[in-house]
Amino acid sequence: MLSDLFRKKRKYVTISRDKELKPPITDDAIYEPLEETIEQKSDIQDGLWIKCPDCDEVMYQKELDNNQKICPKCNYHFRLSSIERLAITVDDDSFIELDENMVSLNPLSFPDYEAKLEKARNKSGLKEGVITGEATINGFPIIIAVLDFNFMGGSMGSVVGEKITRAIETSIDKQLPLIIISTSGGARMQEGILSLMQMAKTSAALAKLDQAGLLYISVLTDPTTGGVTASFASLGDIIIAEPKALIGFAGQRVIEQTIRQKLPSGFQRSEFMLEHGMIDLIIDRKNMKDTIANILKMHSRKEEI
Amino acid sequence: MSSDLLNLEKPIVELEKKIEELKQFSIDKEIDLSTEIELLEQKRINLEKDTYSNLSPWQHIQIARHFKRPSFYEYVDHIFEGFIELHGDRLFRDDPSIVGGIAYLNQQSVTVIGHQKGKDTKENIKRNFGMPNPEGYRKALRLMKQASKFNRPIITFIDTPGAFPGIEAEERGQGEAIARNLLEMAQLEVPIISVIIGEGGSGGALAIAMGNHVLMLEHAIYSVISPESCGAILWKDSSKGEKAAEALKITAKDLLNLGVIDDIITEPLGGGHHNPEQLMGSVKKALISHLDVLKEYSKEKIVEHRYNKFRKMGLF
Ligand SMILES: [Zn+2]
Repeated sequence: MLSDLFRKKRKYVTISRDKELKPPITDDAIYEPLEETIEQKSDIQDGLWIKCPDCDEVMYQKELDNNQKICPKCNYHFRLSSIERLAITVDDDSFIELDENMVSLNPLSFPDYEAKLEKARNKSGLKEGVITGEATINGFPIIIAVLDFNFMGGSMGSVVGEKITRAIETSIDKQLPLIIISTSGGARMQEGILSLMQMAKTSAALAKLDQAGLLYISVLTDPTTGGVTASFASLGDIIIAEPKALIGFAGQRVIEQTIRQKLPSGFQRSEFMLEHGMIDLIIDRKNMKDTIANILKMHSRKEEI
Repeated sequence: MSSDLLNLEKPIVELEKKIEELKQFSIDKEIDLSTEIELLEQKRINLEKDTYSNLSPWQHIQIARHFKRPSFYEYVDHIFEGFIELHGDRLFRDDPSIVGGIAYLNQQSVTVIGHQKGKDTKENIKRNFGMPNPEGYRKALRLMKQASKFNRPIITFIDTPGAFPGIEAEERGQGEAIARNLLEMAQLEVPIISVIIGEGGSGGALAIAMGNHVLMLEHAIYSVISPESCGAILWKDSSKGEKAAEALKITAKDLLNLGVIDDIITEPLGGGHHNPEQLMGSVKKALISHLDVLKEYSKEKIVEHRYNKFRKMGLF
C-alpha cells in the first residue's frame, strides 16, 4: 500500500499496483517505481479537501495542516516535505543550511534525467532531495539532514550522498550529534553505479562518526526503503520511526513475485520492524521533537560530568 | 537456458560447422580445398575477434550470466591452496549463497569470501541463485573481522543478481545487514581486494565489495539495478532491458572510466567459460600483483586508502 496521500482528483481511484510490468529479478537497492509515486502526487496544490488513505475520513486540508498532517481521526501520519519536517523538528530561526547550492549533473548522460531533475525542482521547490544544516532542538545544537520524497522519491544520487557525507563530516568537525530524517525510494537509478557507491560513502563516513564517539539518531519516516535502508538509515545509534511508516529493503511487489505468495498485513511497517528488533522505538510525530531532545540531553557532554 | 549457446556465438559456431563440412568433403572426395578452408578459418578468427571486441552491454550480461561461467568454488580450487570452508553467522544459520573460508594465495594466508551460484537447478535452489539472506552477509562480516584480527588480507568474489527479496530476509534485517557490512568494511585494517566475476547485483554485491582495489572481469557487470527492472520502471517494459543496459553503464570499461573499479582482467576469447584455466591464471596473477601493492601499506594507510577511495565516489 504505497498509495499516495495527497491525491484529490483521483482520490476515489485505487491505484492498481499490478498494472506494472513485472521486473524479472530483484530491484535490490532500488525500492519502488519512483516515477509512478511521483505522478501520484501531482494534485497537491489545489487540494482543499483530502481523504485519509488509512481510515477514509474526509477533512479540510487546512485542518490537516494545522495538525502536523496527522489524521485527527485515526492518527495516520501523512508525508511531510523536508521544509515542513524541519519546521516541526528544529527551533525557530536556528537552521543554517549547508551546501544549499549543490545540484546534480547527469554523469551517465542518462536519458531524460535532466528533464526529471527540472520537474523535481519545480515540484518540490528544492535543488536536491536532501536538506542539510546546523540547528538546535530545544536548545541542543545538532547537525541535521532531512530527505524529501517530493524530489524524485527522495532517491540517493551523487548529490544526496555527498551532502549527507558532508553533514556527517561537519558533525565530526564540530563535535555535534547527527540527526538524519529519512524518506526515500532508495538509490537513484539515473546515476547508476554512482548511486550505489553513495551507500558505501555515507556508511564509511558514519564509521568515522562512530569512532569519534558522537551520537547519531536515525529517524525513519514513510517510506524508507532500498539503498537508503541498506546504508545510513539503518546505522543509527538510536533508530526511531514514525507510526505505520513503510520501512524495508526490497520492494513488496518484487518480494511477492519472487516468493509467489501474499505478504502478511503490516509487513515492512514500523510496528513490524519494532517487533523484529530492527528499530528502537516508534514515536508519534507530535512527540518526536521532545523525544529527540530528551535523547540529546542524555548524551550531552554536560551530563557526563 | 536449454542451450549453452548465446545468440552472439551462433554465427561463429555455424562457420565452424561449415569448415568442418568442407574438410570432410575434401577428404571424402579427395579434392584439395585447403585454400578455401584456410580462407574460412581466417574469416572465423576475424568474426570471433569482431564479435567479442564490440560486445554491447546486453551481450556482456549474457556472458556474465552464462550458466557455464565459472563460479566461486572454481576460483577457490584453481587459485588458492588448502581452502578450509568456515560456516555460519553464529546468529541464525549458515547461508549457502555466500561461502567463505581461509586459504593460501601464493603462500600467503588469506580469507576468501564469495557469492556462490548453482550450476544446475538443484544446486541453484540450495544456493538460492546466489542471492544471500541477511545471515550470508553476517557470516561474511564475521569472517572479515576474523581476518582483521589475524591480520589476513581479504579477497572477495562477487557474483549475485542481488540480495534476496523475501519475507524472512526483511524480518531479519536485510537492509541492516548490508549497511552494517559497509560500515564495518570501511574500518578493517587489512587489505581487501574484491573481484566482480559475474553479476554485480546492486547492494547485494556491494555488501562484500568494499575493496581497497576492486577488479572486474572483462565480461562481468556491476549495476545498481538489473537492466530488466530498470526498463520496467522507466519505460514500463521489461523488454527494454537492452536500452537500460546501455544507459546504466554497467560494463567493466564503463566502470573503469567512472573510477568505480581499478582494473579489468582480460578473459579468454568468448568469455571465461571457453577456457576456465586461462581465466583462473589471469585472475591469480592479478590478485597477486594487487596484493603485493597493498601488503606494503600500514594498517592506518589501508583504512585511509579505502576511505578515500569511496569518499571520492560520485559526480556533481
Ligand atoms: Zn485517518
